[in-house]
Amino acid sequence: MTATIDYTERIPNNVDLASDRRLQRALEAWQPRFLQWWQDMGPALPTRDVYLRTAVSVGHEGWAHFGHVPLPDYRWGIFLAERDSDRVAAFGAHKGEPVWQAVPGEHRADLQRLIVVQGDTEPASVEQQRHLGSTAPSLYDLRNLFQVNVEEGRHLWAMVYLLHAHFARAGREEAEALLERSSGSQDAPRILGAFNEPTPDWLSFFMFTYFTDRDGKYQLGTLRESAFDPLSRTCEFMLKEEAHHMFVGTTGIDRVVRRTAQLMVENDAEDIREWGGIPLDMVQRYLNFHYSVSLDLFGSEMSTNVANYYTAGLKGRWREEQRGDDHILADAVSTVEVVADDQIVEVEAPALVALNQDLRDEYVADCRNGLNRWNRILEEAGIDIRLALPHHGFNRRVGAFAGHHISPSGKVIGAEEWERSAPGWLPTEEDRAYVASLMQPVLEPGRIASWIAPPTKGINGQPFEYEYVHLA
Amino acid sequence: MDAVVSFGTCPERYRHWRLDLEGDLAWLRLDVQEDGGLVPGYELKLNTYDLGVDIELYDATQRLRFEHPEVRVVVVTGTEGLFSAGANIHMLARSSHPWKVNFCKFTNETRCAMEDASAHSGQVYVAAVNGPAAGGGYELALACERILLVDDNSTAVSLPEAPLLGVLPGTGGLTRLVDKRHVRRDLADAFVTTPEGVRGARAVHWGLVDEVIPRHDFEKLVGERARELGAPSRRPRDAEGVALTPLEREVSPDAVVYQHVRADLDRQGRTATITVRGPEGDVPESLERIHALGAAFWPLAMTRELEDLILHLRTNEAEIGTWVVKTRGQIEGALAFERVIARHSSSDWLVNEVRHYFKRVLKRLDVTSRSLVALIEPGSCFAGALLELALACDRQYMLDGVLEDDEAGEEGEAARIVVSESNFGAFPMANGLTRLGARFFGHEEREEAARQRLNQPLSAEEALELGLVTFTPDDLDWEEEVRIALEERASLSPDALTGMEANLRFVGPETMETKIFGRLSAWQNWVFSRDNAAGPEGALRRYGTGQWPAFDRRRT
Ligand SMILES: [Fe+2]
Ligand SMILES: [Fe+2]
Repeated sequence: MTATIDYTERIPNNVDLASDRRLQRALEAWQPRFLQWWQDMGPALPTRDVYLRTAVSVGHEGWAHFGHVPLPDYRWGIFLAERDSDRVAAFGAHKGEPVWQAVPGEHRADLQRLIVVQGDTEPASVEQQRHLGSTAPSLYDLRNLFQVNVEEGRHLWAMVYLLHAHFARAGREEAEALLERSSGSQDAPRILGAFNEPTPDWLSFFMFTYFTDRDGKYQLGTLRESAFDPLSRTCEFMLKEEAHHMFVGTTGIDRVVRRTAQLMVENDAEDIREWGGIPLDMVQRYLNFHYSVSLDLFGSEMSTNVANYYTAGLKGRWREEQRGDDHILADAVSTVEVVADDQIVEVEAPALVALNQDLRDEYVADCRNGLNRWNRILEEAGIDIRLALPHHGFNRRVGAFAGHHISPSGKVIGAEEWERSAPGWLPTEEDRAYVASLMQPVLEPGRIASWIAPPTKGINGQPFEYEYVHLA
Repeated sequence: MDAVVSFGTCPERYRHWRLDLEGDLAWLRLDVQEDGGLVPGYELKLNTYDLGVDIELYDATQRLRFEHPEVRVVVVTGTEGLFSAGANIHMLARSSHPWKVNFCKFTNETRCAMEDASAHSGQVYVAAVNGPAAGGGYELALACERILLVDDNSTAVSLPEAPLLGVLPGTGGLTRLVDKRHVRRDLADAFVTTPEGVRGARAVHWGLVDEVIPRHDFEKLVGERARELGAPSRRPRDAEGVALTPLEREVSPDAVVYQHVRADLDRQGRTATITVRGPEGDVPESLERIHALGAAFWPLAMTRELEDLILHLRTNEAEIGTWVVKTRGQIEGALAFERVIARHSSSDWLVNEVRHYFKRVLKRLDVTSRSLVALIEPGSCFAGALLELALACDRQYMLDGVLEDDEAGEEGEAARIVVSESNFGAFPMANGLTRLGARFFGHEEREEAARQRLNQPLSAEEALELGLVTFTPDDLDWEEEVRIALEERASLSPDALTGMEANLRFVGPETMETKIFGRLSAWQNWVFSRDNAAGPEGALRRYGTGQWPAFDRRRT
């Protein structure tokens, strides 16, 4: 080994990096490429440093450290939640057996695939959000964007760690490939569709962090149940950070709605464009789009892959241990929706193949919380209009509803009616142009753009006026 | 079928065969003891055979080659008006599918070994069909170079499997009729659907036998014909044979240990790790010394042990689906084996036998229905002839460098492999190709590139570059990579693996042998697993009950 680098200093970790030669090699070969990727595909706006949270341990107290850091010097750490040495598989054919600390050869291909698909989403969102910095509505928001970005970078690390530590050569090759694909690329796009959609403006960003990061939360939640313990523990820790990403989305949309409500009341108008606000119907159209695209990430309502993953113990259900059944589901039956004769009908299906729908239903229920929140803001402002989740069959490209036209209220409609009505349901060119026109950077401390309300509090006890980002 | 089957025996212990030696002529007489079945539950009537009978036949063919250099002709015959009625039907009917398949494989190998003796040892097999030869009985005759049929107006040769049992003459019968004896296909078709068979002059006319011999004087005339056939043999007249002393082996639940070979069984992982040790000390290169050592001569001793292990694992350890092949020892020692073969195999009968024996054992590996994985690690000696062991495997993993926490530590030397002259023809596969030729089929330039590096120790990197190994993990990856690969393999469908491996191993041209182990066996095994043969109302199960089989008449 050449010059010894104190990786523990550069890369906070709890995986005994200092004595793990395999991992050290991973760092030698992979980290420079990661940094190059960050340079090429990460945030484009030049900054001197950013007030960031860095994960430094996994304990309940003080797992994160706050301070101004130049982005390329961010210490992307590797953390797994603490190990429970008595943990047993909670479901599937291996239920009750001790969980695995090493990849069973029998499940190598599936586990590798699950990790690669998850890993692929992490850098994708950084790529999608690359240019947002130049139109940030405030330094506070800019900082949040970068926080999400560095943590997605860390999530990539987390998945790459698993590939390097447990899948030998095949894992290394997959880790390389994670940097070779890129969001929206013609030749080597990201694996999942939603991660190739552009995130052109901040309304999209908030919608993305609310709806698409929330899909991530649910996927991580199922992998947290995995009998492959290192994956479980990795995901457990990632969920902590993911919570912040969703906080950015939830409060971001809160603030858009609050500002819109304020302008509506002040001017007694629904169309508030002349005062630089985003009309509620436009918010609804953005919401419709991001929600439906995120639902596609759950995959087909009926999936034999997911049934195999479950039986093999690789991927469980959301909150598996709180479910009151046998956790094997060999004979269990559930219902899934299909479109038949222009009707959405329920049919019986083995519960195992319907697990994607099970997870999707959990997600949908969670999404409703945001809607309640935003509608409360409207209600408190004395506005009668309400935001709503469209039907889960609306605008789907994957699964049982793909190929059918479903209205936001859940009616199967013809192609013609769809064409006619779509401009009222999904963001139009005009909407996008208008939102784009609002995206003027506001980068002085304490100031904020016209279309969004300031946050109710700052980061880590700092005031809103705090200089979260020092621009270059 | 759970009792452990042992393949070791000797003429003094034969229950079913008699070996009579008359100078350069050996009589191998089948005289099956009816109550001598390998497992209880059937009687071996009419000189029918089971695995136990065939184990003795195989032992006899081996001993004739090594212990009897003077024997130039072997006459296979029956006793008291019986030749053989073939494999015992009641044994087949009550056997599991894997048992039937393994039984057929072994009997096929024995018949190929007889042909190998005729072709390469100057020890020619002649069948003296002294009484009815039906099914496997006639197939045994087909494995001989001449078939002499008693002309008594009633003795027939027949292959009645299809009409009587609903199965195939699967011990080479169909293949040898047309490929070896050049029987016209329409006559062959008539023959194998005529349960009573064909006798006398018509049998000669159709090419089913070579000659009919009058009943009186049968033995005398057979002896004369046989001696004529043996005349051109180059076997020595005055050499002394090498006694094949009993193998010493220790079988425990988790290991089978011989002097030069061992297998360690991981039952949970369904894997056996076979380790072949190279020669210790110097390999004697003088012929006198080799003959004096006899069965203790390392190449012979190692080959016998390896063969016994292969047969043992195949028959008794069906669930051990993956064999990991390793070697330990000095590369130089292994190459000394080489030089002996190169120098003497065309001139010395014993060295020639050793070479062909190792060739046959490698062929046994080729047709073994187990996943074969070579692990090439520091301290191994995959060189020349022993490299064939790795090349016979489905994959080769070679450690690049050394394992840091190995005892040898970093001072240890990394693994090397060596390609030698013997990899280019001494041990051909059943398809007539060398294992290198098969490996690089369609890429002669790659075979040539390997030849350019003859006798040079090759590192993992070089071996990979030359295409001699599959993967070369370094010490950081080795353990994990190998573990995952073996676990992954063990999780796959055993049937899919068997079919897949058998297809990939035999690239290129067909020979009679590959057709027997490939086409004929595959069809036979398919028939064996169909209800029309093996179902409760199938022909095999109903045979001898007086009830007709009930067929599903749809052609598949
Ligand atoms: Fe993430
Ligand atoms: Fe996220």
